[in-house]
Amino acid sequence: MKSLFFIGGIGTILILLLICVFLFSEASNFFKTYGLIDFLAGSAWKPGMHPELFGLLPLLFGTAAVTLGAIILAVPIGILSAIYIAELAGPKTAEILKPSVELLAGIPSVVLGFLGMALLVPIIQRTFDLTTGQTALTGSVILGIMALPTIISVSEDAISSVPLPLRNGSFALGANHWQTIYKVVIPAAFSGISASVILGMGRAIGETMAVMMVTGNMAIIPGSDVFLSSVRTITATIALEMGEVARGTEHYYALFAVGVILFIMTFCINLIADAVKRRHQLEV
Amino acid sequence: MSSEMKAMDMTDAPVLRAFRESAGIHHYESQEAFETETQHPQEKEIQINDLNLWYGNFHALKSITLTIPSNSVYAFIGPSGCGKSTFLRTLNRMNDMISGCRIEGEIKIDDQNIYDKSVDVTDLRKNVGMVFQKANPFPMSIYDNVAYGPKIHGVPKKELDGIVEHALKSAALWEEVKDRLKESALSLSGGQQQRLCIARTLAVKPEIILFDEPCSALDPISTGRIEELITELKKEYTIIIVTHNMQQASRISDHTAFFLMGELIESGKTTHIFENPKDYRTEGYISGRFG
Repeated sequence: MKSLFFIGGIGTILILLLICVFLFSEASNFFKTYGLIDFLAGSAWKPGMHPELFGLLPLLFGTAAVTLGAIILAVPIGILSAIYIAELAGPKTAEILKPSVELLAGIPSVVLGFLGMALLVPIIQRTFDLTTGQTALTGSVILGIMALPTIISVSEDAISSVPLPLRNGSFALGANHWQTIYKVVIPAAFSGISASVILGMGRAIGETMAVMMVTGNMAIIPGSDVFLSSVRTITATIALEMGEVARGTEHYYALFAVGVILFIMTFCINLIADAVKRRHQLEV
Repeated sequence: MSSEMKAMDMTDAPVLRAFRESAGIHHYESQEAFETETQHPQEKEIQINDLNLWYGNFHALKSITLTIPSNSVYAFIGPSGCGKSTFLRTLNRMNDMISGCRIEGEIKIDDQNIYDKSVDVTDLRKNVGMVFQKANPFPMSIYDNVAYGPKIHGVPKKELDGIVEHALKSAALWEEVKDRLKESALSLSGGQQQRLCIARTLAVKPEIILFDEPCSALDPISTGRIEELITELKKEYTIIIVTHNMQQASRISDHTAFFLMGELIESGKTTHIFENPKDYRTEGYISGRFG
């Protein structure tokens, strides 16, 4: 009986291990024929051309632009809303707001991508007078919406977990509610709030479907107007090309190499978020 | 008497009522005695008149009437849940934040009822500082902890250094921390943290300081230092301390009030309360028979 639970317990780790082994071994095949530097520092992603170019930079650029935009949009809204829910909203309002945030997290990304395509793309095209509304900005807005629930709920947790004695200490010195929030509660919850931003970023980097539907998927580094140009993210590249590529070709292995990069990025982000969170727990 | 004590533990209602009636008589007697003892005509004092407090339907404080003279140490004693901490918190209106808490009666500090609509709670708490049971330094530097109060009350930056130094000296902490003011307050020991909290309170220049069992989480040596400090502080401040520790009350306080189940049973000079209590319940409590 105990062994059953043991298998269940280590099953997850085994699966993770197998994924890693498979991902890294397939990717290693790519570097037998293609240079690591050419891959990491290559500024053109041109599969199917002569010569075939697999430069990571345009994809990295696309992911960075979309993620950065998402964070710029989502962080202020997310943190304000977390403060509102944790500190200012009455119990009834908070009871409505919290499940709404969770509901937002539950919307399938393809639905958000669909909404982005149908509503946001035309609006952005008209507003900025562009040939296409499928831009990095469009992706940022959609990803920002998707990162919001993570940012709100993790920040809200951090703010709510600031111990009552700290607040009382501030009130007892004659501070009002605002001063207490700004000068004691937020600083005390700072690492938790940072963790929420990093986790939201991780969510944005890993997202595929919604981004693919609204960013135009042009694997080039735009010269100007970064946010109003079409870009292609790392995730969209894998999703778009994996279906068409012939197994065992250089292109096929190149996509695994891209997958490894994505894996390392999200892994690092989760590690950082975890470390920041743990520091937060030590402080409070 | 021992059978009556037993009955009280069982919280038998008719017996309790009888106790309360007798308590009322004792209470007024002792109050009169107390007022003749302690005439401080020149000093500002705290007057509590017929104060009642409810948490929802629970009557937590029952018609408390008490005068607290300035520049002395007043100890509140009584078993857990007797209302002494609740009473302490009415003096700087910390109970305001508890939902379902309702207060009747008046508390006058410098002849101003602090529950009057015109009173700014912020100003009140500036005047009536509070040190909590467990040291609660903010997760910031030692300096910033002490400067926090003056800063929020708009003291100019250039004056902060002096205020911080003076407050830390008054709290007998300066020598230990003067070379590490920028370090986190959380790196201090428990006793140092509690003295930091006292310094933080002193920095806003209150007239009255409330101590809510300030030593209950500290070792005997740290407790001794805090007690010394309190004795020193009473020269300039009015000190009110809630304590579970009878020896502590008798060591450091000038006056003592004994609370039981939301009532003020007896109050007066500490020596009188401890050596010659008028109410048998006070006697029972201080001699350790219950509580």
